[in-house]
Parts: sequence; structure tokens; C-alpha cells
Amino acid sequence: MYKILSKKPLNKTVTQMEIEAPLVAVKAKAGQFVILRVDENGERIPLTVAGRDVSRGAVKIIFQIVGATTAALDAKSAGEYITDFVGPLGVPTHVDGISKACVVGGGVGCAIAMPIAQELKRLGANVTSVVGFRNKDLVILQDEFRACSDKLVTVTDDGSYGEKGNVTLPLKQMLDGGERFDRVIAIGPLVMMKYVVATVKPYGIPVTVSMNPVMIDGTGMCGGCRLTLVRDGKRTTKFACVDGPDFDGYEVDFDEATARGKMYCDFERAAHDRACNLFKNAGGAQ
Amino acid sequence: MSIDPKKHEMPVRDARERSCDFDEVALGYTAKLAVAEATRCLDCKNKPCVSGCPVNIDIPDFIKQVKVGDFESAYRTIARSSSLPAVCGRVCPQEKQCESKCTLGIKFEPVGIGRLERFVADTHMASAQAPAAPPPSNGHKVAVVGSGPAGLTCAGDLAKKGYAVTVFEALHTAGGVLVYGIPEFRLPKSIVANEVRQLKALGVEIMTNVVIGKTLTVDELFDMGYECVFIGSGAGLPKFMNIKGESLNGVLSANEFLTRVNLMKAYMPNSSTPVRRARKTVVVGGGNVAMDAARCAKRLGSQVTVVYRRTEKELPARKEEVEHAKEEGVDFVFLANPFEITDDGNGNVGSVVCRKMTLSAPDESGRARPVPLENSDFAIEADCVIMSLGTSPNPLIRDTTSGLDVGERGGIIVDESGKTSRVGVYAGGDAVTGAATVILAMGAGKTAARAIDEYISGKKDQCGMRNQ
Repeated sequence: MYKILSKKPLNKTVTQMEIEAPLVAVKAKAGQFVILRVDENGERIPLTVAGRDVSRGAVKIIFQIVGATTAALDAKSAGEYITDFVGPLGVPTHVDGISKACVVGGGVGCAIAMPIAQELKRLGANVTSVVGFRNKDLVILQDEFRACSDKLVTVTDDGSYGEKGNVTLPLKQMLDGGERFDRVIAIGPLVMMKYVVATVKPYGIPVTVSMNPVMIDGTGMCGGCRLTLVRDGKRTTKFACVDGPDFDGYEVDFDEATARGKMYCDFERAAHDRACNLFKNAGGAQ
Repeated sequence: MSIDPKKHEMPVRDARERSCDFDEVALGYTAKLAVAEATRCLDCKNKPCVSGCPVNIDIPDFIKQVKVGDFESAYRTIARSSSLPAVCGRVCPQEKQCESKCTLGIKFEPVGIGRLERFVADTHMASAQAPAAPPPSNGHKVAVVGSGPAGLTCAGDLAKKGYAVTVFEALHTAGGVLVYGIPEFRLPKSIVANEVRQLKALGVEIMTNVVIGKTLTVDELFDMGYECVFIGSGAGLPKFMNIKGESLNGVLSANEFLTRVNLMKAYMPNSSTPVRRARKTVVVGGGNVAMDAARCAKRLGSQVTVVYRRTEKELPARKEEVEHAKEEGVDFVFLANPFEITDDGNGNVGSVVCRKMTLSAPDESGRARPVPLENSDFAIEADCVIMSLGTSPNPLIRDTTSGLDVGERGGIIVDESGKTSRVGVYAGGDAVTGAATVILAMGAGKTAARAIDEYISGKKDQCGMRNQ
């Protein structure tokens, strides 16, 4: 059992928690993930490590309440326990040797982008952060990004906070204006990452993307998280859990990844509706 | 007295009834049937059956004890050599091992050794004996990586000798392939849980949710005071065919499908883990894993076709599993191999296009090599394809452990005692051989336990000599 040390809502649908897992806290690096189960019959879900506090043995996770499992997790309070918590899994984001970086985060993907920006800053890199959200109610981690970025641009789809538009807009403006980066690191919805890659491509800047496919074991056993990389026309199968989650943005077959992401959509929608009703009723009873 | 030429049949549940649920298929011998079957044993002097057993159970001895109705002694005889008798009695390919050597088998059907082993183990378990108390400690610590058949056997053997053994398991439940891979109807999870309980009673500590190579490395295990590390981390990444359409929704590895169904209990209506409930499933491959996947898919309500590129004779699966699958209504297409999976127009599997094969001269594995026949393509309609083509070893440990030599295919290289290229590190099971059987993994765990004991005792002796 793993204790929930703290819990803080970042907005209506995004929650931050610290879980007591000393072995994971010691090892976790930016870009890695954990797999957790909320309770005995729960599913295994991957969540990216959003930070750690080794002295307290704490691992920070930030999650969006999107399905039954994240709803069940969100229903837990600080001081309560979850059944399983394993990690750190995956390969850490390569941050060495980058002197000027642009970190692009979309929505809850900012929770993954933030520790990477922090790590780059810690290593002495010049960090530009571009973060995007649907609207001002969904904006998260502004203070954290401000603290670790030399330049921060925030955009919202509807213009209710920061500039109006999506992340590719300021990115393109900067690049057109002559800004250059050693690397762009993009984390967010697949469609956002796909368009960041397309935006950056003409400038020949390397792009790292962080993939978050369906996973079960997370240790290279089931193959559920497979995706295709295309290099010089040759297609290779890779596994996000052990080969990733970071990949070269120019090589990822985003269309295939998007299609594969819909594999269990119907099941998930039904489970989510059941969970919503369950927690709504539980909430109403209090 | 004349000998019955045939094995006593083991009662099984009706195929139509069992193919709709996940309860165990075979019901096991009754005491009467077991004694009758034991009576068929010729008790021959040279005991060829023992040489066919990877863990060298004294088979004629335990059968003699069954014959006289002393089932508990029979259990103790088996337990001397095997840590997991209830498991092996169910999943060992006996027809290729002990029973293939049986003298009676030259003329008649061999003695049903596997069925007798299962009976003895189940009878022991049902009598609810108090588990064995831990033996006195010898003060030495050994780490075991992975709680599958290799790891559990190695841990059990070392614990019996007084070692303090910690087993590190990456998943949330101990048992490895016995819980994530082999389905409930073939090996009930309660049996695995019971075997794990027995080990804990011997003092073995099991730490779940620890991935060696990630959470801790092999080096750190030595730093923590473990004198030896046994790696039984099992099979790794599933193999795919690299054919067109393999990334369509509905194509999954047998590992993924079985993990969803077994470990995550997706067959239960209240499970949180989704599984595709297909209408028509094609399983590609002919091993035990393919049979397990096919029979699980059948139980989830799908029509199932197994496509295998050789003939029925070459099927690597246990004969009994193939028979059971057929009885349950699984179809087989032999001498065919998929070469494309078509899209139904919505990104899902629509059909599997196969090419007919013919067999030519044997390849390096000694099996007839399948060769595609030109202009022989045919399609099988499907909305789910399960690839059961074996696995390649997991990279996590080899990539994080210095001085550990691995072979061309990524398997850890060991000598005949299970010793790796790194001092104090031993390995066995699928992590070494690639996908193989439960009993071979157990054999490897056993051999390594012996070598670890010799290594640590040897170190002790050397220290003693230096101190003198």
C-alpha cells in the first residue's frame, strides 16, 4: 500500500498528489513515469512523474480526471492509500548538452513538461516555455513555469488567458523572428505534438515528443504500447514503456498512434459514465 | 494380472459447458482412479521416467506410495524435488518428458504421471496441512529477480537451506507467467497463491512493484548486502510479424490479451481493465500460449481460428491443450501464414489474408521448414488478431547491469550451473532461453539454487581459511 501524502486540485479536472514511494523517489528523473493501481480490482494506469522530494520519499503526480480510474484516484484524500505504485519506468528525457531549449506543453501535458523545463534550467540551459490550454479555467502550473523559464508564453484556445491561439502560433513567430533552439521538447495531445513537429521542421531543429499510449505492465512484456517509427522510409516497431516514452518527433507515425489510442474508447466511455454517477452520488450523500 | 493398455481418463467438464466460463477444465483423478492408474506402473529398475523430468522427481517412488494409498508420503517424495507440484501436474508437457520415457509406453499408453502428480498435490492441499516452518537461518542473503516458476523454485530451494531470500516482482501479484499468462481454467490462481503462501511460510520475502533495472539495479542489490542475485525475469517483448496492417486496432500480442484476461481479470464483469470482445478472432501461432489465447477468446464469446504455418504434427503445444481447444470449438487452419491484415474501413481489423504453405526440408531447429505457395492467398474474416509468435528477452536488466554477457538474441548467457559472466549473478528460465516451458524454468531455478549454495558455502570456506 502506498500513502497519499498530499492532494491539491490544480483546476476543476486536474489534481496533484504526492505518493509515498521512497524507492521511486530516489530514482525518478524528468520524463519517466510510474504505473499505479488505485484498488485491488483496479486497472494499471501510467502517469508521468511530475516531481519528487527524496527527503520525504514523495513522488508527485499530476493527473486529469478523464476516466473511471482517474476518477477513483481523485476520490481518495491525503492520508489514504492506493494499492500499487511502481517505477520509475521508461527512459529519462535527454537533457544533457542542450544550451537553449524550447519546452512546449499542452493541457495536462504541462505536468510532464514542467519537470523537464526545471531540469534543463538546473543544468544551466536557457529555457523558453510555451504552454497552451483550452481556456483560463484549465491553466495550471504558471508559477512553476515562470520560475524555471527565461521566457514563458501562455496561450489559450479562446484567448481567455494569455494570447489567443494554440502553441504553434508563438512558436512559429519566434522561429520566424530568428530565434533558434538546440532542441524543441513537446508534450501534449498527439495532434498538438504532430503540429509542433510540422511547425519546427522547416527550421531543421530536433524535436523530442513524449508518447503516452495505452499500457498495461509498463516493463516491456505486453506490447500494448507499441508505436511505429519511420526512418528513411523504413518502419520499425518500438515500445513506449522501455524504448520511450520520448521519441524523435520526426520519426513518430502520429496518425497511427492516434488511431491506436481509440482502441478501447467505447469501454472507457461506459466505465467513465458509471464512475461519474458513482462519485456524483457519493458526493451528493455527504 | 494383465495391464490396462490405456491411461485412466481424467474427468473433465463438458466442452460445451466449460467453453462459456473460466472455471477449471480438468477435474483431476479421484483417489480410486489414482490408485488404479498407479497400479499400471511396472516399477522398472532403470527408472527412465526420472531422466525425462527436468527436476528429477523420484517418479516410481511416489507412484508406489500412491498405489498403497499413502498420498501424503507421495507428496513429500515429489516436494523433495519440485517446489510447485500442483502447478506442474497441470501445465507440464508430460508427453514430451517423463511419460515419453515410460517403459510401458513402448507397447501401451504410458503411465499418467502428470495426472498422478496433480492428484497427489491437490490431495495434500485439500488436507490443509500447516505450512512448513522456516528452517534455521544460515545468515546469508540472496536476491531473486522475478516470481515466476524459475524464481519461485530458486527461492524455495534456497530458503529450505536457511538462506534469507527476497524475491523482487515487477507486477503487483507474485507468480509471473503463472498468473499473467496461464488462464484460470487451466491453472486456477488460487493454486499459485497457495504455492506462494508455502514459500512465504518458509521465510521467503516477496516484494511486489519493484522493477529490477529501474527501481533498483543488480549493483544496488549487492550494495544492500545480497551475496548472490538470481535473474528469472522471464520473457520479454512480444514478437510481431512486421506485416501490413499489424498496427490496426484489434491486433494484439498474446501477452497483452492474456495479461488483460488473466492478471487484470478482464473476463469478470466488474473488472476495470478493458478487453476486446471480438466476434471472430484469429490466433497466429501453435504453442501453448496460442492455445491459451484461443481458448480465452472462445470463452469471451468469439469464434476462434488458429492459424499455424506447419501441420498439426508439428504443433508445439501440449497435446491435451490442442485436444481441449478442439473440443471447445476452436478451428485450426494448418499450413497457412498471414501476410496482410486488412482494414475494415474504420482502422479496425477486417480480415486476415493468409498464404498457403508447404513443408520442405528441416531447418536449423530440426523442424520441417514452411515455404509459401504462390497464388494461394485466402482471407479469413476477423475483428481481432492475436499474435502468439514468442518473445524476445526483456532489455531492462541487461541494459543496466555491467559485466553481464548476453547472446545474439538478447538472452543472458549462462553455463550449465546457471552462472552468468558476472560473479555472484545467476540466471535461468525464459530470460536465458527465450520462451520455453514452466518446468524448464523450474529446472533452471533449481540448478542455479544449487550453484548459489555451493558458491556462498565456498566463499565461507575461503574466508574461514583466511582467518586461520
